[in-house]
Amino acid sequence: MQLELKNVSYTYGKGTVFEVNALSNIDLMIEEGQFIGIIGHTGSGKSTLIQHFNALMQPTEGKVLFEGEDIWGDKYDRRALRSKVGLVFQYPEHQLFETDVLTDVAFGPKNQGLSKEEAEARAREALKQVGFPEKFYGHSPFELSGGQKRRVAIAGVLAMNPSVLILDEPTAGLDPKGRDEILDQISYLHEKRGITIILVSHSMEDVARYAGRLIVVNDGKIPYDGTPREVFAHYEELEKIGLAAPQITYIMHDLAANGFSVDVQATTVEEAKKSILEALAGKGGRR
Amino acid sequence: MKNITIGQYYPADSILHKLDPRVKFLGTLVFIVSLFLIKGLAGYVFITVVLATLVRLSKVPFGMMLKGMKAIIFILIITVFFNMLFTPGEAIFTFWRLTITKEGVVQALRMAVRLSYLIIGSSIMTLTTTPNQLTDAMENLFNPLKVIKVPVHEISMMMSIALRFIPILMEETDKIMKAQIARGADFESGNLIKRVTNMIPLLVPLFVSAFQRANDLAMAMEARCYHGGEGRTQMKPLRYEKRDYIANILMAAFAVAAVCFCVFGGGWI
Repeated sequence: MQLELKNVSYTYGKGTVFEVNALSNIDLMIEEGQFIGIIGHTGSGKSTLIQHFNALMQPTEGKVLFEGEDIWGDKYDRRALRSKVGLVFQYPEHQLFETDVLTDVAFGPKNQGLSKEEAEARAREALKQVGFPEKFYGHSPFELSGGQKRRVAIAGVLAMNPSVLILDEPTAGLDPKGRDEILDQISYLHEKRGITIILVSHSMEDVARYAGRLIVVNDGKIPYDGTPREVFAHYEELEKIGLAAPQITYIMHDLAANGFSVDVQATTVEEAKKSILEALAGKGGRR
Repeated sequence: MKNITIGQYYPADSILHKLDPRVKFLGTLVFIVSLFLIKGLAGYVFITVVLATLVRLSKVPFGMMLKGMKAIIFILIITVFFNMLFTPGEAIFTFWRLTITKEGVVQALRMAVRLSYLIIGSSIMTLTTTPNQLTDAMENLFNPLKVIKVPVHEISMMMSIALRFIPILMEETDKIMKAQIARGADFESGNLIKRVTNMIPLLVPLFVSAFQRANDLAMAMEARCYHGGEGRTQMKPLRYEKRDYIANILMAAFAVAAVCFCVFGGGWI
């Protein structure tokens, strides 16, 4: 078990009149090599949740274990933990500060105590992994386009060689092409390097396409946790908490309601296509 | 870092909260001046009663006002200490080369009372008035200065914008700090020089985003045809109501009483 949350609760402004319960009694296990999608509407507690994974927030109650060790134990090295559990915040390009791209990406590895050369080698590797063009390595990060800045910022975390990578809405504010490229790169990293990926997203299509496991956060609790097919089967309940299923799932339900024997649990366009073609063929269709 | 607000507005439903901010601003000035005018025990009793009434009227917990005292406790101690020791007069206690005089004790007490009343009095204003109301009031009160080419409107606009942006920048700082900590930055250990250089990953993005925000705001204001104070009307113009006139009358009466205490008061204090 790589990451484990045991009965974790978090309360903002504990002991004041402004007390808010952001997380209540969360139990969660995350195994190595999973690709997990976290969905939940704004203010559901998902940002608070992911900040517990790398000890940026301390639970007011409960325990967080990384590889079996309590990360809030007395002698635990939380700085070392943060390089194992990389967290890319929303709009990560706001954290760029160096004079050129390569030095900025090398900031993380340098903080890990690597030499300048080693850190730069790691930075080059990370930049390559996010598909950042080499000719811009010497440019100021502030001169880049939005999508390129985002890549540099993600590379900045990746360069620390984390075994878990958490991304908080990595595609917010990007155009469809930039979005697909970044998500494809992330999924490539997952397959190639075996990194555990935790992807927070607002897009049901994205999580359905990439994630093998889906965690729904609502009101500081986890009402659903399973494969996208299992979770999206509850699409009516999801709507009540301000979420939805992928559009294709609705189409499949409509088709089924109109007498086609299609798989209503299809969550991606590919699955749907296959199922529709089969249904048509089964009907003595035109293939 | 959460819940930090500048000013210390405490929302409550009291007559002092409803009062026109100009009245409160002027009232605070009158109160402070009176505090340093009055003489005599009777005068101090009078001003204590007035202050206690205002505290009650504001419906703000007294503890909130004492919070402001924390900031000046050091100044208070020094003032009391020096007044006690260096006021010439009838000696009541001598230790080595230090002499405490009766006049010194009285003077020290007087300063302590004045300073603490000053803080409590002004925190009544800041606790019952939002920062925006205050800048509105100031713009209005300082309007006559336009004659001598003081850019009153611009100054108050800058003040409101600055106040508005403090919580946003605090949040931003918090966010960037966390992002850099996640990349292994260390803001806590090391000597002074190391700590300052460690701040660079925080300060550069913060400045970049502050300039970006300033730019966006200027653009948004221009898009809404903002062109300075000339001919500009307000959404909620300040208007005196009956309670404000009454408050003004009470304030005038208070000022007169304070002057009387100054002229006729004496006594042994």
